Amino acid sequence: MARFRLLGRALACAGLAAAVGFGSARAAQAAWAPSKTVEFIVPAGTGGGADQMARVLQGIIQKHSLMSQALVVINKAGGAGAEGFLDVKGSARNPHKIIITLSNLFTTPLATGVPFKWEDMTPVAMLALDEFVLWVNAKAPYKTAKDFVDAAKAGAANEFKMGGTGSKQEDQIITAAIEQATGTKFTYIPYKGGGDVAAQLVGGHVTASVNNPIEAVAQWRAGELKPLCVFDGKRIPLTEKVTDTMSWGDIPTCKESGLDIEYLMLRGIFMGPGATPEQVAFYVDLFKRVRETPEWKDFMAKGAFNTTFMADTEYKTWLGKAAETHRALMEKAGFLAK
Amino acid sequence: MDALLSLVHGFGVLADPMNILYMFLGIFLGVLIGVLPGLGGANGVAILLPLTFSMSPVSGIIMLSSIYWGALFGGAITSILFNIPGEPWSVATTFDGYPMAQKGRAGEALATAFTGSFFGAFVATLLLTFLAPVIARFALQFGPAEFFAVYLLTFCSFVGMGRESPFKVIAAMMLGFALAAVGIDTVTGQLRMTFGSTELLRGFDFLVAVIGLFGVGEILLTMEEGLAFKGKSAKISPRVVLQVWKELPKYWLTAIRSAIVGCWMGITPGGATPASFMSYGLAKRFSRNGKRFGSGELEGVLAPETAAHAAGTSALLPMLTLGIPGSPTAAVLLGGLLIWGLQPGPLLFVEQRDFVWGLIASIYLSNVAGLIVVLSTVPFFAAILRIPFSIIAPVILVICAVGAYTVHNALMDISVMLVFGVIGYVFKKLSYPLAPLVLALVLGDMAESSFRQAMLLSQGNMSIFWANPLVGTIVTLALAMLFWPVLSAAMDRLRSPARSREAALPAK
Amino acid sequence: MAHQADRSEHTVSKRVMDLVVAGVFMALATLIMWDNWRIGARWEDDGPGAGYFPFRIGAIMFVVSAITFVLKLRDRTVEDGPFVERTQLRSVMQVLIPTVVFVISIGFLGIYVASAIFIAFFMAWLGKYPAAKIAPIAILVPLALFLMFEVWFLVPLPKGPLEAALGY
Repeated sequence: MARFRLLGRALACAGLAAAVGFGSARAAQAAWAPSKTVEFIVPAGTGGGADQMARVLQGIIQKHSLMSQALVVINKAGGAGAEGFLDVKGSARNPHKIIITLSNLFTTPLATGVPFKWEDMTPVAMLALDEFVLWVNAKAPYKTAKDFVDAAKAGAANEFKMGGTGSKQEDQIITAAIEQATGTKFTYIPYKGGGDVAAQLVGGHVTASVNNPIEAVAQWRAGELKPLCVFDGKRIPLTEKVTDTMSWGDIPTCKESGLDIEYLMLRGIFMGPGATPEQVAFYVDLFKRVRETPEWKDFMAKGAFNTTFMADTEYKTWLGKAAETHRALMEKAGFLAK
Repeated sequence: MDALLSLVHGFGVLADPMNILYMFLGIFLGVLIGVLPGLGGANGVAILLPLTFSMSPVSGIIMLSSIYWGALFGGAITSILFNIPGEPWSVATTFDGYPMAQKGRAGEALATAFTGSFFGAFVATLLLTFLAPVIARFALQFGPAEFFAVYLLTFCSFVGMGRESPFKVIAAMMLGFALAAVGIDTVTGQLRMTFGSTELLRGFDFLVAVIGLFGVGEILLTMEEGLAFKGKSAKISPRVVLQVWKELPKYWLTAIRSAIVGCWMGITPGGATPASFMSYGLAKRFSRNGKRFGSGELEGVLAPETAAHAAGTSALLPMLTLGIPGSPTAAVLLGGLLIWGLQPGPLLFVEQRDFVWGLIASIYLSNVAGLIVVLSTVPFFAAILRIPFSIIAPVILVICAVGAYTVHNALMDISVMLVFGVIGYVFKKLSYPLAPLVLALVLGDMAESSFRQAMLLSQGNMSIFWANPLVGTIVTLALAMLFWPVLSAAMDRLRSPARSREAALPAK
Repeated sequence: MAHQADRSEHTVSKRVMDLVVAGVFMALATLIMWDNWRIGARWEDDGPGAGYFPFRIGAIMFVVSAITFVLKLRDRTVEDGPFVERTQLRSVMQVLIPTVVFVISIGFLGIYVASAIFIAFFMAWLGKYPAAKIAPIAILVPLALFLMFEVWFLVPLPKGPLEAALGY
């Protein structure tokens, strides 16, 4: 029985059972709807943050039958995601292909010189923003970000080792921003994934990390790591206790602690160039309904995401600004491709 | 005895017939995924992850982990029958498994592989049951220097096999390293050897290369000798399993050594693929039959399969206790935990008792189930070899193409696979060994990035590789492994120069 | 990659083939060294640069292949069989050429249609099977793959005009 249910769902997703008519409620709302399987490109490997989010979206859309056609996740991670972006850039007027972005939308072309930029694609919506938190080992003597910064300033150059994901991407950009703000030189060690970084920090191989909340929350709760500050303009609005004594909201912002740095990572959706407004509207509407589901809300809370949602011109303006910020930060840090 | 009680509790969770059903469904899908080259365990689990969304977490993980066990079992099947590794960790299985099949002993090879896998999984599960928290701390001691040492040890325990021209061995190995370096450099984010081509951005995937070198290359070689597979005369009898079981206890030492290597590599986390290579290398070196490895030794199938499955299973340990994945598949499962609303990490054992012990109990049960499923398919798979070549060859080539495509969803990879097929054919004819090339391709990237991470940590000071007893021991062991065969081979060669002409191909 | 060109010359000797492969290795090594020198092959302050290892890999590859080249050039004493016999080459080509065509056609026809044609051609040409035996296999194998990948696992494989006409 369960097996039938499972296969049944798979069949429905592949569109063979489209006639079952799950999506009838939707028909009135959008003029355009996908007529075949929609490919959901992830410009990162399986198991990472973007991949996770894409598969949660896929799961939610399937479970609540938000789309009559199937959504399939495809990883195109080559060249720090360049492969995925180039694929979408080259898929003009193909409304059955969408892509989820992370910061590599901005960083990869700047760092590698691979020719694409966000304007090459059609922006659909911002789903959420990923927070960054400054973490240290729980045994470390620093109580606040200020202690940490003071110690870093007092120490020798390269004495502090910052673990992060990837090279010349968000983690290293934040590290460079900290360096610029404090005038100290950190040693940045690039690892493959956020989980590795957290484990390396627990093992004492690096001094600090700027892991996303979801990557380090387990170690925080186990008392192995402690958060010093969050790189956002305001505190995370979650007051439910995560550890015995603290909630996400109890973490001060870095600005409060005298480290004036803000950085949030885009989790947004794009389509290929030349998408019509009706097509964009369909996806905006789809993701709006995803946001209403309890699973999505739960996922957002678990990962302490910033749940800002944007579409249309608001989104485009944000993207334009973010692209400029990245260029400026990376130029200052000397990360631009020669 | 706390663990035992918890385990009993875990079996109680499993008693739900739904969970048993999911388990068998998972095993079945997993074997299928394992058989199809390209569609690996990690991809398979990731693909089916959204389907488990509406299940309870216990059912979800039981099904997904069963897929993983199925894939671990299934990877050996095509390695043995067609020299096409279904999964990266079954590359080492081809070295002796395929020659066995060619001699008509496919059934024995399959039975050995499955039994070895089961044994490895069983040892790893015992570890998971009784020693999880203790061992998890050990994994934390591994920084970049230690990782590099482990890769070095894998490499050193494997090289030096075969009697080809040393210049050709090195050339093939360097080709592997060079191919591994194509694409983005993880440490500096720079593009290397992509020459402005979009297609080269993703680099050369190990699996695509292996499907070509081994699978397609083998078909081309087979063609020279006419339209037939040599394994056609395979005897098929259910009794073959019992015969193998009678013979296997002889190799208890290899089995135990391989299981230990596997557990270690799964926890640290080096992964199943290096584990299988290291275990094969060690077995070759320390077994009395070592000299005959590569020509169809039972032990040469037992060693890599036991280690791979032990590593695959113990990779769950750091995932559950620390939230660090010990393998790509574990990384996807980790994502699954988060999707189901579970927080992996040290508190999981306390807060989610049902989940953890249900999972551990299911590993025992699903490996037994897996063993039964795959063993009962041995006659069926061995029978595939009886299908006439002109039917099976195009089907294999089609499956190779599908496999090469699914690794990265890239059309270009199918052509790359074909080119590797031609390279594999030419290399075999000219006695360039394929094993060092493949090992360099799989380890090159990881070894280089951990080396450079270590160098960043020490600011370019090599002494980091002897900085503490752990890393020092592994590096020293690796160097000993490297030089021992060189010396013994040199002495061998001095004694009987004629023997160097025999050129026993490891991968043939 | 460059081997394909050499294959058109029938029955080259093993020695010539060895020389050619060593030569290709040397050319490849030069390319590797050149590109990695460009991106920085030196030991920086904080460890090896991006091109450090690949450059050295290229250098070692060049040296060992040069040795192989010279050894083969001077070594005329060993009995030197042909790399591949003419009849053998023919059978190899019988598989290789259709496979090349198959791989190229995937881009145009999609993998399912291309596979069906490839299997049917192979069975008819090399196996001399009657159409009644060919048809079920040539149709069922791609169909099984289609069900498995597109329907069960939701993994899209390359598709062509036929699938598009059917709404995929």
